Amino acid sequence: MTEDLLHEACDALYLPSLRRRGFLQAAGGLAVLCAVGPALGQADDPRRAEVGTWLRIDHDGSITVYSGKIECGQNIRTTLAQIVAEELAVDPTSLTLVLGDTDLVPWDAGTFGSQTTPRMMPILRDAAAAARAALLDLAAARWQVPATGLRLAAGQVREVGGPRQIGLGELVAGHQLLRRVGQAPATAPSDWRVAGQPQRKANGRDIVTGQQRYPSDIVRPGLLYGAVLRPPGWGAELTAVDLAPAQALPGVTAVRQGNFVGVAAPDSAAAAAALAALRPHWRPAAAAREAELWATLRPAPAATLQRNNVAAGLAQAAVTAASSYRVAYIAHVPLEPRAAVAEWSDGKLTVWTGTQRPFGVQQELQQAFGLTTAQVRVIQPDVGSGYGGKHTGEAALEAARLAQAAGRPVKVCWTREEEFQWAYARPAGVIDVLSGAAADGRLVAFEQHNHNSGPAGLKPPYAIEAQHTEFHRADSPLRQGSYRGLAGCANFFARESHLDELAHALRLDPLALRLRNTTDGRLRGVLEAAAERFGWAQTPPAGHGYGIACGYEKLSWVATCAEVTVRDGRIVVERLVTAFDCGAVINPDTVRNQIQGMHVQALGGALFEALHFADQQITNRWLSQYRVPRLRDIVPEEIVLLDRRDQPSVGAGETPLMAVAPAIANALFRATGQRLRDLPLRLPQ
Amino acid sequence: MVDGENVVATRLVLHLNGRETACEAAPDRPLLGVLREALQLTGTKYGCGEGQCGACTVLLDGRAVRSCTLTVGEVAGRTLTTIEGLASAEALHPVQQAFLDTEALQCGYCTAGMILATVALLQEHPQPTEAQILEALDSHLCRCGTYHRILRAVRRAAELLGAAR
Repeated sequence: MTEDLLHEACDALYLPSLRRRGFLQAAGGLAVLCAVGPALGQADDPRRAEVGTWLRIDHDGSITVYSGKIECGQNIRTTLAQIVAEELAVDPTSLTLVLGDTDLVPWDAGTFGSQTTPRMMPILRDAAAAARAALLDLAAARWQVPATGLRLAAGQVREVGGPRQIGLGELVAGHQLLRRVGQAPATAPSDWRVAGQPQRKANGRDIVTGQQRYPSDIVRPGLLYGAVLRPPGWGAELTAVDLAPAQALPGVTAVRQGNFVGVAAPDSAAAAAALAALRPHWRPAAAAREAELWATLRPAPAATLQRNNVAAGLAQAAVTAASSYRVAYIAHVPLEPRAAVAEWSDGKLTVWTGTQRPFGVQQELQQAFGLTTAQVRVIQPDVGSGYGGKHTGEAALEAARLAQAAGRPVKVCWTREEEFQWAYARPAGVIDVLSGAAADGRLVAFEQHNHNSGPAGLKPPYAIEAQHTEFHRADSPLRQGSYRGLAGCANFFARESHLDELAHALRLDPLALRLRNTTDGRLRGVLEAAAERFGWAQTPPAGHGYGIACGYEKLSWVATCAEVTVRDGRIVVERLVTAFDCGAVINPDTVRNQIQGMHVQALGGALFEALHFADQQITNRWLSQYRVPRLRDIVPEEIVLLDRRDQPSVGAGETPLMAVAPAIANALFRATGQRLRDLPLRLPQ
Repeated sequence: MVDGENVVATRLVLHLNGRETACEAAPDRPLLGVLREALQLTGTKYGCGEGQCGACTVLLDGRAVRSCTLTVGEVAGRTLTTIEGLASAEALHPVQQAFLDTEALQCGYCTAGMILATVALLQEHPQPTEAQILEALDSHLCRCGTYHRILRAVRRAAELLGAAR
């Protein structure tokens, strides 16, 4: 068969675009494509229906995978390769993954919400399965044999029980093949050979040798270094500035556009000197006071509202409890601060930047400069982490403005101080919880209100007939935004602390209370696995306490047990045990690495991280002033992965963060009798 | 180079990664900026600018130092090694290999600094105690939280170096 396998719809709609983008070369190849689909987009975004290429096999046998997801340390460059390699029976390290380049990959909303594994992975898996079917068909036609007698192995199609074999490149050469995703079944997790195994990090060697180019490492010919004049506080207005002293310096371009003032110079020291030469005049904004924060976020308690049928439920309760919890603003502190390199060429703007939303930043740039989609290309090199803190394109816009004015490429790298002061924080919040239980521990009413920090993780995972949960927006004095797990940490902390208070009032074991109200088998699974590995049934050593917390969020289930004591007036976490169920595990070493990392990151939010502010500034805006977890803070830990090969694979980079703080708070109560309801947890001095 | 209104660039010679390397820079410029911008050795990272995170660590006469708080003038004429100079043409340094073997990284932005600090530690203490590891690495920040693996990587590196002796 020499006839091309062109799908009509793809042919009619997308071949011109694919040819323009060079996806189909004259020498031939195979491309698998489909619509992005509503699963990946926002309902109101027209680009969700675009068609793009997900996978391509070239005449030289190289396999390239395209995705709008980005690599920020969660290791999707490795795990997505494993899934594709599974279908194509190739070495995962032989694949090239093009991630987060708006000119090359199908549109994507962004890398957040633990969606890469449940949403992107199946698309790439099915694209690879479609490619596999096409390759087998092509070889079958070539050899005039049934495709059922052929298989893929080591980059070849081979005849089962026969002598014939052919490399994938040779097979596709001279053909222009298009296939759609979803035309062939994918391998079931129970049959995985490449996936489901530990697999070394795809670009690990580049990282340990310093060859990996992060966004802040990008260099372009003629590159200048930019710096931006920052106001003395949020909301300040620039009333006057004289650019002349900066512009008089050799090689310096200074720009003012409204409140934006920046400079571009031959190196970063020259840029800093140029900024220092400016004498700006600012009109400060009225300052919000930290002392008024909680009253601002929650003007009046709402938990006593008893919405829905909660009042009726409470009437049947033997024991009721009402309590309020607070979580502080905290900073993401990605080790690589925001960075971008912008270059204008023939009216087209190209920006290399660290962002979790390359297409979002493309849109920001289009709006700022009045450009079309085709005129802006955002390239996201693997970034020095994000944790939800890099959804926006500040540095990209700044670099683009300066590059436009200077007529040369410009790099803008934020300082740590800028990252603390001008990025956004994890929201602070006040969470009110009200509940009632029968004497046997059955929850008969539950109500939870989150003020400001968010609705994620708000709905309890327990079987409670009378329940009401609600998120209340507030006027945050600080710029705030996404953080790993969103409000999951806040809402888990409040709910799971509150349940412990209820268990204490009922004189019930905290694990027994949770199991008493659990009908979800997978929640029961993580609770029992964590408790068993931890040794929950044992009596803690004198002065020590055990705590447990659990929940369901982002399609996965988690339970964490903590052992805590107090030494020298300090909370000491003796050990942590987390059990996690994220369905069929694609790379167990990656999931373990993620959970280990989240144990550490959670300790920061649980025990000491908090942003403070005054006069429209973060007052602890350097690493010497903002404490983050260090090597000395790590605690003995165990991780139990409930590898469910019978369940779809879902994300693993957020939910394990959520149960740590409440487990610690609950253990602290058992150890000391002190119930702390604020994060970070601080013992009264 | 600009210092206020004065241009004070000087020709400096660095013994960098086994080679004599000349550069034009004001002697009071932080070494980190000169490495990354003038010499385009971007494996050395900026993380905080105040010596708190260790991402900018380089080896100066074999000792781990912070290139963000050292000036280029202070290191002229002394022996410098950055992450780019650690592996030989063929083989990784055993400490690099150990970080790969234990996958002691996630985003990898801190890794160069961690590796160089470990090289210096194991030079001084081939079989480091836990306290010695803490002293060497507690001031290195891994925000992804891979510290348990970094400890394993240090011990693995000690084994690999011991076996090579």
